[in-house]
Amino acid sequence: MTAVQDASALPTQQAETGSRPRLLVALTIITPLAVLVGLYMALFNARTDIDQGDVQRIFYIHMPAFIGAFVALGGTVIGGIQYLRTRQVKWDTLALAGVEVGIALALVNLVTGMVWARPIWNTWWTWDPRLTSEAIMVLTYAAYIMLRQGIENPEQRRRFAAVYGILAFITVIITLVITRIRPDTIHPVVIGPSVQTDMAQGAFEVAATSGVRTALMVNMPVWAVLVPITLMWYRIRLENFNQHIQALKMKALS
Amino acid sequence: MTLNSELETRNFLIETRALVKAYGLLPVLRKLDLGITRGEFVALLGPNGSGKSTLLRLLAGLSKPTAGQILIGGWTLPDEAAAVRAQIGMVSHKVLLYENLSARENLRFFARLYNLPPAGVDARLAELLEQVGLSRRAADPVRTFSRGMQQRLSIARALLHNPDILLLDEPYTGLDVDASSVLDGLLRDAHAGGRTILMTTHQLDSAAALAGRVVILSRGGIGYDAPTAGLDGARLSAIYTETTSMVSAR
Amino acid sequence: MKTPFLKAVLSIVRKDVQIELRSRELVSSMGLFALLSILIFSFALELDRSARQEAISGVLWVTVVFASILGLNRSLAMERDQGNLDAMLLAPIDRVAIFFGKLAGNLVFALVVGLLLLPIMTILYNQNLLQPWLLVVLLLGTFGFATVGTLLAMMTVQTRARESLLPIVMMPVALPVLLAAVRASTNILTETPIADWIAWPQILVVVDIIYLVACYLLFEYVIEE
Repeated sequence: MTAVQDASALPTQQAETGSRPRLLVALTIITPLAVLVGLYMALFNARTDIDQGDVQRIFYIHMPAFIGAFVALGGTVIGGIQYLRTRQVKWDTLALAGVEVGIALALVNLVTGMVWARPIWNTWWTWDPRLTSEAIMVLTYAAYIMLRQGIENPEQRRRFAAVYGILAFITVIITLVITRIRPDTIHPVVIGPSVQTDMAQGAFEVAATSGVRTALMVNMPVWAVLVPITLMWYRIRLENFNQHIQALKMKALS
Repeated sequence: MTLNSELETRNFLIETRALVKAYGLLPVLRKLDLGITRGEFVALLGPNGSGKSTLLRLLAGLSKPTAGQILIGGWTLPDEAAAVRAQIGMVSHKVLLYENLSARENLRFFARLYNLPPAGVDARLAELLEQVGLSRRAADPVRTFSRGMQQRLSIARALLHNPDILLLDEPYTGLDVDASSVLDGLLRDAHAGGRTILMTTHQLDSAAALAGRVVILSRGGIGYDAPTAGLDGARLSAIYTETTSMVSAR
Repeated sequence: MKTPFLKAVLSIVRKDVQIELRSRELVSSMGLFALLSILIFSFALELDRSARQEAISGVLWVTVVFASILGLNRSLAMERDQGNLDAMLLAPIDRVAIFFGKLAGNLVFALVVGLLLLPIMTILYNQNLLQPWLLVVLLLGTFGFATVGTLLAMMTVQTRARESLLPIVMMPVALPVLLAAVRASTNILTETPIADWIAWPQILVVVDIIYLVACYLLFEYVIEE
């Protein structure tokens, strides 16, 4: 039937299914190298913290990983808003990639935090406001994935996911600012002004030890920009392949 | 487009142009062109999944088209949906009623939503309830009604604001013989009152008897479109089988 | 041509209240749940006098949240099951009126349950919860839950998992409301000077406004097809 061949009327997307673009190839090489350089700066270049010892080095990954999650989940908000405006599938794909990479980086942040907390706070986990709110944040995005799986109609799934992806970002903002609005947290605030210097356990001065600033300056762009963007790009490609296959299946069936 | 065909299209009360609706990558309607003039009674036939309900939901503004145009009474959908909605009454195979409210309360609620002038509402409700034969049960909650009574009330709800267009999505579902013939009568009256009716159904006999024109949808397009003059149920059944099996044989 | 916005909202609220007066389904199930929840908490937490003062606002708000979820699910499932949502979408009304109508109804039912809870908890926990500021916080808190809840329940009743999905998607998003409401209530009940906690009701107002605007903007995407 001719109507099937007339693809222009159907919601197709220019699926990027060819060979990898040059920038992605570059990122594929640069990102792992940058992670290694970051690790070198964190593990060998920075001096050992006087109070905490070697375990403080976790911080160079811990905090940048959260910023990376923030960037990825911010991508979900942008994808959601743009999807609702334009109804182009590519924006929903961006949102989905953002959620999955965001969850992964938030878990990196949580696990490194737990490893650090064991010697410093003498426990793996404590029901501190920030730890709790980040755990809830991860669960929110798990709920996002459950919501997607609960909806049969793909158009409806994308629409609802966009709405929820926008609302869910509230939990990210809460996690970010909670150490400033809940004075009873024991989580240290290293960057920026803090209202709770006496309660926090395990804080340190960025300027106190040599190499700390450098290690942070290197790791921050690696984990906050390179890692999320590279991972999300691959996730988006995977999703495009997936949709391409679905489209071919549909064509074969009809 | 020539001037002539431009003039011709203006006579349609309901018109779709290259209408496409797809769920994900699965197309349900494929560039459907359909025109219905004022006062026609059109029966829309087709197997399950042929896009009948989808077409009705699109015309009612409950669903947005993927591509193409819908024109109703000179208004375009979905941009001028609110204006179009006031002209449309719809009966679905779901009854669209609140079962804990009485028949009259249900109608009164929808009368408010349709902004009917409060002064005439009581009289209008009494008239409608009389018309669908539910006057004596008007104060009873809808959940105590039989399927046929609920469906009649549902038609009263659709006629409440005196719409020009009546869309019916398989109104015969779940009705017994008596209830079906009551429904036949109601539809004849509505059509005689000058309304344009588009009805999907699997009841070929009712379609041949009531409608002035039959459209058979198959594979998201129009497979057959002709007046019912000279058609009876058996003849229509043969045409239906021919139109739809042509497709499944492929 | 179009029905005036306020008239549409009011007729939807009126219809919901009418149905509730007829069936008493929502308030009775929410109220019974809330009562049971209070009893279960008092056994489970083995609350003594000092622990009670600390825990009581937590018990109050957890109960209010879950009772709200119960009510929201029923209220929107009712629109979905009989296809009544379609009937409202067919009417020549501004579709956001449906959101405000359902929101107002859900808020009223949640408030009724909350107002029943206060005297009951006052008696059972031997602590005075009938304080004007607590009523203000109760109003602000239930408003926040009803706002996100109405939007999210409208979404979840359209999914396969239905009832079970609403608490999962709603709890995290409602967290800011819960946080501020619990903080404010604890301070009110421990009779802390007002200057120390007035920030919490203020935060609650800001959060409520943000949610109302966000849900207002997002609602049309939840009901279209």
